[in-house]
Amino acid sequence: MSTSVKLVTVLALAVAVGLATAVSPFASSSPDGLERVAHDKAFLDRSELHAVQEDAPAPGYAFPGIRDARVATGVAGFAGTLVVFALGFGMAALLRRREGPAAAR
Amino acid sequence: MHIPDGFLSADVAAATGVVAVAAVGYGLHRANRTLDERQVPLLGVTAAFVFAAQMLNFPVAGGTSGHFLGAALATILLGPWLACLVLAVVLVVQAFMFADGGVTALGANIFCMGVVGALGSGLMLRAGRTVLPPRRTPFIGLCGVTAWLAVVVSAAVASVLLAISGTVPLATVLPAMVGVHVFIGIGEAAITVAAVAAVLAVRPDLVAAAEHLEDEPASAPAAGEALS
Repeated sequence: MSTSVKLVTVLALAVAVGLATAVSPFASSSPDGLERVAHDKAFLDRSELHAVQEDAPAPGYAFPGIRDARVATGVAGFAGTLVVFALGFGMAALLRRREGPAAAR
Repeated sequence: MHIPDGFLSADVAAATGVVAVAAVGYGLHRANRTLDERQVPLLGVTAAFVFAAQMLNFPVAGGTSGHFLGAALATILLGPWLACLVLAVVLVVQAFMFADGGVTALGANIFCMGVVGALGSGLMLRAGRTVLPPRRTPFIGLCGVTAWLAVVVSAAVASVLLAISGTVPLATVLPAMVGVHVFIGIGEAAITVAAVAAVLAVRPDLVAAAEHLEDEPASAPAAGEALS
């Protein structure tokens, strides 16, 4: 008997939520590859924030209103992972459903 | 490797935006015809995992970090076109919810990390399938190499976009970007291999790129088509 898709999904989602919530606060805060190159090659100061992003709910992966930086990152990771899951699942479910009547393959 | 606004010229942002929209549009079209029941939760959870793993910056040489990109993993699990959708969902949420990666540069980011990473991974997996024996161990090795290559190629393409934009000369940015992503790609390969091995262990039929593998003696027969 193989593991059901539902169980695989729940387990994998738990791993993702766990990583984003509990591990991401301890991730490296050094600049990533592109940021490092932009700094070293002197074009980092061209970077700008789009007007839309000034109202972003959690800029820089810091959930607002939480003073502890690690907790703010963990909560942002928790919320972001669930939002991404919901969008991905919802999009796939909509695409799947539309095919409904012709699904006799 | 999220390109912020301000790094790209309007032309480059527009051109990559068109390609990104076309790729996502084609991905949606394909999904509409071919998405099977099992892939609905799998697509959601792959996107969630890619997002989560992208938050885990790991240190590479000299005060620099790298993070997972996920195009290769998504392609291995879902195929290249659904992988484009996965990366697009992740990048849209990152740009609008977390101000990570630009808004006018969103198309370029979907292009570099999604379209190039996913379609490149798809080609690599297809090439590997023709030369490697249909066994699990060489397949997992192929997944690792594909993941590494996807990151390096995405970095090279991002460099070209920055150079075409007039932000930095290609001879300056290309060696620097490729030089650091050669190391970041090792982390990408490790995470990809671990995730693929985990899914193969429980439900090999959920790994789209592993369809051709013969059943391992140790595992229960899983492939529906072999029974029919």
